[in-house]
Amino acid sequence: MKQTKKRSPILSQLLMPLLALLVLVIFNLIRDPGFFSVELAANNNGDPVLRGNLISILNGASELAILAMGMTLVTAASGGQDISVGALAAIAGSMFVKVLRAGAGITPLTVVLGFLACCAVAMAFGAFNGTLVSVFHIQPMIATLILYTCGRSIAYWINGGATPTVDSPIISAIGSFIPGVPIPTPILIVILMGVIFSLVFRFTTLSLYTQTVGINQGAARLNGINAVGMKLLAFIILGVCCAVSGVIGVSRLSLINHETLLLDIEMDAILAVAIGGNSLGGGKFNMVGSILGAYAIQALTITLYAMKVPSTNIKAYKAVVIILIVAVGSPVVKQAFHRLWSRLTNGQPAGKAGKEVSA
Amino acid sequence: MSRSPRENSVKNAKSAGSRRREPLTDTQLLLTITICIFFVMYALAMLIWGGGFLRPQKVFDLLNDNAALLIVACGLTIVMISGGIDISVGGVIALVVMSCVVHLNAGGSIVTAVLIALGIGLAFGLVQGYLVAYLEIQPFIVSLAGMFFARGMTTIVSVEPQKVAHAGFKQLMSTKVEIPWLGYTAKNGNLIPARMEIGVVVALVIVAVIFVVLRKTRLGRSFYALGGNRQSALMLGVNVRRTRFCAHVISGLLAGIAGFVFMMHTGAGNATNAAGAEMNAIASSIIGGTLLSGGVGNVIGTFFGVLTLATIKSIVVTSGLTKPWWQSITTGAMLCFFILLQSVVLSSRGKGKAHMPNWLKGAAGKKE
Repeated sequence: MKQTKKRSPILSQLLMPLLALLVLVIFNLIRDPGFFSVELAANNNGDPVLRGNLISILNGASELAILAMGMTLVTAASGGQDISVGALAAIAGSMFVKVLRAGAGITPLTVVLGFLACCAVAMAFGAFNGTLVSVFHIQPMIATLILYTCGRSIAYWINGGATPTVDSPIISAIGSFIPGVPIPTPILIVILMGVIFSLVFRFTTLSLYTQTVGINQGAARLNGINAVGMKLLAFIILGVCCAVSGVIGVSRLSLINHETLLLDIEMDAILAVAIGGNSLGGGKFNMVGSILGAYAIQALTITLYAMKVPSTNIKAYKAVVIILIVAVGSPVVKQAFHRLWSRLTNGQPAGKAGKEVSA
Repeated sequence: MSRSPRENSVKNAKSAGSRRREPLTDTQLLLTITICIFFVMYALAMLIWGGGFLRPQKVFDLLNDNAALLIVACGLTIVMISGGIDISVGGVIALVVMSCVVHLNAGGSIVTAVLIALGIGLAFGLVQGYLVAYLEIQPFIVSLAGMFFARGMTTIVSVEPQKVAHAGFKQLMSTKVEIPWLGYTAKNGNLIPARMEIGVVVALVIVAVIFVVLRKTRLGRSFYALGGNRQSALMLGVNVRRTRFCAHVISGLLAGIAGFVFMMHTGAGNATNAAGAEMNAIASSIIGGTLLSGGVGNVIGTFFGVLTLATIKSIVVTSGLTKPWWQSITTGAMLCFFILLQSVVLSSRGKGKAHMPNWLKGAAGKKE
């Protein structure tokens, strides 16, 4: 009955997103062996670009992956989720466009200024959410419900009730391809963000302190960790992630539409964190899992598109897959499997492990 | 034999006379604050803008527009009291409306349409309840999937907006309950009675029923026990799994009813019907003094929460802030005010820390 072999915790945490990705990959390969083939083609400007389903999965999941990174930190530190990320990205995108349109023309300088401005705004709103959560002890989901309710309206307000466009080679370079580089820029931005996060985790105590605060806030405080500050920091970092994905979202279409920009992405981002094997109750986290989760969600979407499912119906199929994934990962089902497994191997039932009611 | 002072005090506390000296419970305190704020706000609106706000019909108009929201908010209050969350209700409303409209237009009867509405709601409640209670999956994820499924199914049923053409149903839609003594006299001397849609009657009956269930029945008390502290509830002999299951089933069923009421108000099916209804319902419950952490809440508060939200929106329109963004910005500001108020009030009572829902606590505990 005793487990002789202990699986490494990292691997068992990554099991679910990897399994989900693997199932999707195998399913697609059976359906169409050439599904993941990538080709080098020339786009309208004659520049070489990579095309194919694999690229569209990696490219399309960029905003989601970036938000999932921030969401993982917030989840780990506060034990709750931010449901305002889509709205916040819309605010950031609006601010970006407003700054771009304020100047005479779009130059690299105005783009940088716009990015800094929208980062500042998003960080301010992130700090607002973070203050409610950390100082006032409000449940994250409720605290961010405020911004979820009014965020897109604020975005609308910033642009004075219009959906302005920004047309410039620089913007399209951010949103699609830098001339001469065949890889879509959003993928490069995700890699950049990932590298920044891994360097920060490697050389600072951010990851350790965040997990400590998430596991036991009181104990963290007694050990001299500023728990309030760590939570606030997590929300501010998420604000930056929102700004980056907002800028990507705006650049893809060269226009800001406050209603549809990254619509419902907060739900997908939370889902990515959950599929990534992270507890939604905070504490230990694994950012790689969340990123894999984000790609699994996008792979599912692209697969459904490839199967000619109308875009409006996709949500229904997605829901079924989500339930299957989380049901397989649920502790009760896992225990049932364990009992079945040990009954098959030992020929006797595996004790009362399944009967304990967990709190 | 003389009683010890302690026994005496227990006896006194039980007698009705000394009950008033007990401090208010969290539920009653938050409820009182909400009701006071609502009446103050409404009185201010009456003083400043007068006109429509002076007529009782205004209240009925607010109710007519929000009957469906009131019903789902009741369901959400129960789920939130028991420490869970259900964000699928908006999707369920949209699915029910679309299915019923398509069914009626295909020649179905009103009775079967009602059965379809109840059936869809119940099915969502049963499946989600089973997944949450017996498979112990986080309620947020389960109801998120429920929302996706319902929204997706709505577009599978029909992508095009549909209008009800059924004659009997149109008659039902235009049927209104008239209350003459709350009416007003128009300029030409005719008495215009206050009008209330059938949906409002349904909603009010549901509020009353849920109120009694939460107050008087074993199941109702179990919801509070479960939301307050799941481990204690378990040790007290509450069937935790069945209680969580019941909360989701009730919420699903009420979402089905709300869908039908929604259809009686709008008379048309659209894929974007009731968009954001789940968040409005949660906001109403919060304004009404329900804590997402569970264990605290009252359906009467939810009733006033819905009215408060509706009044704010009405005030925004009346006061001339007609730009489309003002409604939701003021709603957000109001929500912020109420949430901060709750936090400050509760923490001043020494309970401000660790407002963490039980389902999250469970998830956090298991991991260790």
